[in-house]
Amino acid sequence: MQLKLEARPARLAAMVWLSPVVAVVLSAVAAGLLFALLGRDPLVALYTLFIAPLGTVMGLTELGLKATPLLLCAVGIAIGCRANVWNIGAEGQFTIGAICGGGVALAFGESGGALVLPLMLLAGIAGGALWAAIPAFLRTKYNAHEILTTLMLSYVAVQILGWLVHGPWQDPEGFNFPQTRQFLPHATLPLLVEGARLNIGALFALAVVPLAAVLLGRTMTGYRIRVAGLAPGAARYAGFSAAGTVWFSLLLSGGLAGLAGICEVAGPVGQLQPIISPGYGYAAIIVAFLGRLNPVGILFASLLMALIYLGGEGLQMDLQLPPAATGVIQGLLLFFLLAADVLILYRPRLVLKPGVKHA
Amino acid sequence: MPDPGIILAILVATLRAATPLVLAGLGELVTERSGVLNLGIEGMMLVGAAVGFMATVVTGNPALGMIAAMLAGAAMALVFGFLTLSLLANQVATGLALTIFGIGLSALLGVDYQSHPITGLATVISPHLSEASPAVQQLLLIDPLVMVAVVAPFLVHWYLTRARGGLVLRAVGESHDVAFALGYPVIRIRYFAVMFGGAMSGLAGSYLSLAYTPMWTENMVAGRGWIALALVVFSTWKPIMLALGALLFGFVTIAQFQVEALGIDIPPQLLATLPYLATIAVLVLISRDTTRTKLNAPAALGRSFHPST
Amino acid sequence: MTISRRTLLGSSLIAPALLRPAFAADPTKVAFVYVAPIGDAGWTFQHELGRRAMDAALGTAVKSSFVENVEEGADSERVIRQLATSGNQMIFTTSFGYMNPTLKVAQAFPKVHFAHATGYKRAANVSTYSARFYEGRYLAGVIAGRMSKSGVIGYVAAFPIPEVVQGINATLLGAQSVNPKATVKVVWTSSWFDPGKERAAADTLIAQGADFITHHTDSTAVAQAGEEKGVYTVGYNSDMSKYGPKTCLTAVTMVWDQYYINTVKAAIAGTWKSDDVWGGIGQGMVKLAKLNPAVPGNVAAEIATKTADIAAGKLHPFAGPITGQDGKIKVAAGASLADKDIAAMNWFVAGVQGKI
Repeated sequence: MQLKLEARPARLAAMVWLSPVVAVVLSAVAAGLLFALLGRDPLVALYTLFIAPLGTVMGLTELGLKATPLLLCAVGIAIGCRANVWNIGAEGQFTIGAICGGGVALAFGESGGALVLPLMLLAGIAGGALWAAIPAFLRTKYNAHEILTTLMLSYVAVQILGWLVHGPWQDPEGFNFPQTRQFLPHATLPLLVEGARLNIGALFALAVVPLAAVLLGRTMTGYRIRVAGLAPGAARYAGFSAAGTVWFSLLLSGGLAGLAGICEVAGPVGQLQPIISPGYGYAAIIVAFLGRLNPVGILFASLLMALIYLGGEGLQMDLQLPPAATGVIQGLLLFFLLAADVLILYRPRLVLKPGVKHA
Repeated sequence: MPDPGIILAILVATLRAATPLVLAGLGELVTERSGVLNLGIEGMMLVGAAVGFMATVVTGNPALGMIAAMLAGAAMALVFGFLTLSLLANQVATGLALTIFGIGLSALLGVDYQSHPITGLATVISPHLSEASPAVQQLLLIDPLVMVAVVAPFLVHWYLTRARGGLVLRAVGESHDVAFALGYPVIRIRYFAVMFGGAMSGLAGSYLSLAYTPMWTENMVAGRGWIALALVVFSTWKPIMLALGALLFGFVTIAQFQVEALGIDIPPQLLATLPYLATIAVLVLISRDTTRTKLNAPAALGRSFHPST
Repeated sequence: MTISRRTLLGSSLIAPALLRPAFAADPTKVAFVYVAPIGDAGWTFQHELGRRAMDAALGTAVKSSFVENVEEGADSERVIRQLATSGNQMIFTTSFGYMNPTLKVAQAFPKVHFAHATGYKRAANVSTYSARFYEGRYLAGVIAGRMSKSGVIGYVAAFPIPEVVQGINATLLGAQSVNPKATVKVVWTSSWFDPGKERAAADTLIAQGADFITHHTDSTAVAQAGEEKGVYTVGYNSDMSKYGPKTCLTAVTMVWDQYYINTVKAAIAGTWKSDDVWGGIGQGMVKLAKLNPAVPGNVAAEIATKTADIAAGKLHPFAGPITGQDGKIKVAAGASLADKDIAAMNWFVAGVQGKI
């Protein structure tokens, strides 16, 4: 018996929407089995994982808060991937964005008034873009592949943050613990819902979705990016600058990751400290691909990813399931989502006789 | 003149730190040479580390542990292969998902084995150690897997450049359409390469849990899978370069500790960036010659293959 | 085979429910937030041992739970808030990075009691607690001073925070109290948990002539490295003797059992008050693990005497005169360092090779 995939004559529109549903159902079944194996009631556990976090205003705001950095980083990564530019170092650009924006907050201290927050955001974007400019320079000037340089620079960025909060930027009243002063209210992002942590960073992220969609679909730059990704040869022939595309997509994705970084520290974290991200920059790569490198798809993917995080915490708190179980379920869900995408382009068929052999 | 004992110790420490990177990196190199990008090394290493450790505890035989680790790594890679090769899922996203899955799975599997100290591979020869001079002791602490890591790059190099199977594998990685037209079983070859990568990652993981730090704890690979991945790009897909890169990375890590232990005044966090900066610097030096890197990068890397497309 | 975490968890949750008499009041809900997976040794493991001891001591009066592997970034605040929302009356947050999140949540839940480990910010419903780990470190230093031939003590450390710096200084002062020529070589791993890196750091220190090593990191790699190379070690956080049966001489361990029992008892009785507990050997919060038989009887006796002296307050690890690395007198003869200066310690004693 053999699995054969037959190409569909055209992308099946229904399948574009149906495939995630199929995947979620399949992973719910698999997760249910795992829960049963671990001695928990599968239905209760599934409810805790997928539904309970959405049941309260607090849960919904936390979902938005968690999805914001994923969305911002993932849109940038996706634009890069469309142009065949692999930025897997959003984590580092996120960190440097947080450092630069946070540095502005610390430099102003109590002064600066309404000027501080915009400056922090700009510095965050600039910082992220600057950190991404290094791989762009190394790629265009020395041909060094950005997969490696962006990843290495992420490790470097995290160490720089560690050095700053242990050293020069340490809170002088903080008993030499590794942290800066807390940002003052005028250096913190305004909240959207009273009593919750969701802040205007979420609006930036939401605004980025249509902007990125227009950029990719309706502009000359977007066209160049897509051509560079799909047919590098044709792009050269058409006179599009390959270096220009590399610079543009890395600066853009770096800037977005930097914005995510400053929104995180000027939002829920409220200061610089050694750990400011549970790996948003890396998780965003999955989000980008789950969203099929499409800004609107990425919006949904980031919400789903955030939901799994929140639900996973719930599984620990309410059902005492170890976090490792959540990791396994996350992995399974991603597997099913990715596998189900095959339905969009192909019709799978099991054939009993092996196909033609190619020796 | 520095003490020769210290120099020898640094060399041995470097070799040991580089071993897991060489093993996992070689596996990924072969996978990528066939045109498949598997970002799940970290996850496969963790599952290998956990399963290898568990099998060693159960059987009392580290050799069986290593075999189990390779099988477990290959099984993880098989999941990846099924998704990306048979179902044509995106390789980057599937690889990352494999890492998330592997981190969770290894922790679930190994939870009952966290409190089992075992005898590490390196101490197999220990009865005579106490009588030997310190220099000889250092040399004797090289365990069998380090030997494998020393020899394997040459074997893989030979396979990829001389053996027929290796040449076919590279042809598949260069252009699956051409290879397919020539009658090669593209998918089957890629399955082989992916599973070889998984087995090597599993073996690398078991080096950590059986030899380097003989224990199992959650997440003990601590990012080495990502370094191995980076080293493949760094090596421009050449096995010997990969081994040298791993040694360089290991050496800079060890040198950082040496410098600190000598009491030199540099903030530790900035010293910790050295291995990464050194890797970038060397990559820049190698990549400046554009034609060479372009020739080595498998042209079909990361692209799915379907006979009808 | 040990009892799995799951079985333990199951029994701790189910047993009180079965045993609870029908007339008893609802149990007090208590929650713990852990920064790492519980594992088999280390910082989080010791807190988990404390929680289990508290469960065992208070039985049906309490229903406790924990959340492990909670990141110190923005996620911790959500977890703590969720725990407060779901009816926990007492919440222990067991890592320094939870300080500000704990305070933020505490403000929104004035009726819930919080206790934050190792921090310095308190509120009407937020206590802090920590242990004087340096007292145990001093004793470990005495052992090092007696057992090391070269007098060079290797120290694998994670980050230069006061708690780590106190430990390094106290180890050296303990060693110098019996061997004035003793020195400490420090190597930073810039990570609380990376067994491979800790292993490489220990190898490096041994290669550079350290014949006694200890660590302030979260894995058992250093104890294993010492066992393999025949170098004495002292473990940290948890008893690590099974990873170094011949060479791991003891470990500086934290014992939170009694603190958790007392605090939760007070919360149940309604007598809980915000306070700052910083207990040491005298309070039983810091203990040396059982000494390895390799420690000679006279050294063991010396340790027993000095342990009693520290407990009684007769021996202060940071008693003057103490000279800093820069050659300046940090503590004058006859004086000893004040608690607030110990808490913020950011300088090394003369004889430490390494920089903060």
